[in-house]
Amino acid sequence: MSILVNKSTRLLIQGITGREGLYHAQKMLLSGTSIVAGVTPGKGGEWMIGGKIPVFDSVHLAYEISGANAALVFVPAHTAPDAIFEAADAGVPLIICITEGIPIYQMLRINAYLKQKGIRLIGPKSPGIISPGECCAGIIPPEVSSPGNIGVVSRAGTLTFTILENLKQAGLGVSTCVGIGSDPIIGTSFKDILEMFEADPHTEKVVLVGEIGGKDEEEAASYIPQMTKPVCAYIAGLTAQANKRYGHAGAIIERGAGLAVDKNLSLVAAGVRMARHPEELPELLS
Amino acid sequence: MKLHEYQVKRLFARHGIPTPAGRVAASALEAQQIAVELGKPVILKVQVLINGRGKSGGILLAKTPVEAFEVATSLFSLRPKDLPVRKVLVDEVIPISQEIYLGIIIDRSLRLPVLMATAEGGANIEELILDKPEKVFRVLIDPLVGLHEYQVRELAASIDLPRSNWRAFASIAFSLWQIFIETNALMIEINPLVLTPEEKLVALDGKIDLDENAINLHPDLAELRDTDVESPLEAEARKFNMTYLHHAGGDIGVIVNGAGLCMATLDTLHIYDGRPANFMDIGKDPTPSKIYTAFKIVSSNSEISVILFNIFGGLIPCDEIAQGILTAISQKPGLPAVVRLDGVRAAEGCKLLEKSGVTVTASLAEAAARAIALAHGEKNEYFGQ
Repeated sequence: MSILVNKSTRLLIQGITGREGLYHAQKMLLSGTSIVAGVTPGKGGEWMIGGKIPVFDSVHLAYEISGANAALVFVPAHTAPDAIFEAADAGVPLIICITEGIPIYQMLRINAYLKQKGIRLIGPKSPGIISPGECCAGIIPPEVSSPGNIGVVSRAGTLTFTILENLKQAGLGVSTCVGIGSDPIIGTSFKDILEMFEADPHTEKVVLVGEIGGKDEEEAASYIPQMTKPVCAYIAGLTAQANKRYGHAGAIIERGAGLAVDKNLSLVAAGVRMARHPEELPELLS
Repeated sequence: MKLHEYQVKRLFARHGIPTPAGRVAASALEAQQIAVELGKPVILKVQVLINGRGKSGGILLAKTPVEAFEVATSLFSLRPKDLPVRKVLVDEVIPISQEIYLGIIIDRSLRLPVLMATAEGGANIEELILDKPEKVFRVLIDPLVGLHEYQVRELAASIDLPRSNWRAFASIAFSLWQIFIETNALMIEINPLVLTPEEKLVALDGKIDLDENAINLHPDLAELRDTDVESPLEAEARKFNMTYLHHAGGDIGVIVNGAGLCMATLDTLHIYDGRPANFMDIGKDPTPSKIYTAFKIVSSNSEISVILFNIFGGLIPCDEIAQGILTAISQKPGLPAVVRLDGVRAAEGCKLLEKSGVTVTASLAEAAARAIALAHGEKNEYFGQ
């Protein structure tokens, strides 16, 4: 009933002993997610969360012993690139990076490296992925969504949570919600996720939540006509001024590109039903 | 973070990229002194972070030191795009036979750095890129391997650069790539890179935009930040890792955690014909102290007549957030607040606020409608509470 993460996902958390990592690990466990290991260099041998999760010094060791199949990165920005390279070299096939503020040049190098290895990166500055009732990998609150057949893909964090809650209130369940992250250089694009939703037999409709900056929404719009599943979308930042960074490193209109109105036009031309504000989305889906 | 031309040229010179002789002046007298030292005609350029300085009269020539003094005096009195002129660059005049553009940008879709060049550089480069893309040549750089010499040769050939200049061109391109990496730049360009009648390449102007995510790795560069380009409120917010942006003509103050949610809040106000006065993203963790600081910044705009909070609680639960909001708004009892609170312990948070008489709404659309009504001077009872 999902893409990327499901019941058989076994998570390894890098940075599980930090305040944020620990808080969210506890919430994930409560929602039934399988967390099999934590990694904090120098704290190997400890057990976290009432002795439920073993901590290792290295991803390599944790991966080998725990049988994890996805890594979730919570470590601070200055060590996050090393953490991602470590997970990649250990062979973890799916890396989800929550960390914000990683230098963009590092992200260029990481993307080039992961591409060679065929490893999937979600983020950075991603709120994570949730397949309600199966797995919550990240900081999306499990209580804001219920299982169903709507696929959600978004660049935002808290906006995504409120949209999930709106869907739930309208009685609409979610197959998987993927937060691809709001940095200018991210591992996985809208189009990548749309292809996965198109191939997923349990996803029937898709919600895309974009924002100003870049051309990722336009690239998605060029793929959408090939899809058999209907797509609804909302693009944040219609009122944004040019050449100002709207909170997210990637949310900037520069050299005349990245305007919300252009993204809206491309998506409309691709047959997407557009919401003027996020609370209009549930109505468009029913 | 953008650097000034004179700062960029210092970086160029340190990396062996030829630049004109010259220095930056803080007064007209100093400009005259530099012209005396150079002993030849000079070009004076205002150091202000705007596009099109030349077109707005910020770049002028002077034949003599006395003329340099007069020109500098007039330049220092300018206010291009309402920014003060604090420094004027005084450079020797370089004869030009061709203007080239050479730069490195990041292609967000390809996720790669791109070295770009065109034989038609100069002031109209933006238009050229849009209107005649076939005149702009690009090579993709593998960030794991770096720039190859053959790529630079191909670029030199594409722009029909005389072979005698290829070596100098390559040296400049590699220096640019070096600076790009060392400074964590998002964009670096030489425009124009001129070919002189003596067939020398000289960087007449340059731009660098630095990655804010990496600026703390470079304390020397962080010091170069021009605080004139951000308003005092924007600067204050940045100190607390928050983003404040002023929207002119607005009367509704906005405080939100999360950039996407904040843009959506502004969009929603706009759709219902409201006028948001600002963007304010306090980051994903809305601690009471952040809420307090954000309120102080947003409410210091005397144009606003109502303040709208749209907060999603998680790691910081909603009852803690509600306490933070109550403490913050007690600073300005005359300013009505509308709150939309969601997430962990939302019911408890809303109850706390309602008990204190704060308008709480379940949906964003309703929050927008109430804020707009309050901004129009209508009483809270308008909605029949």
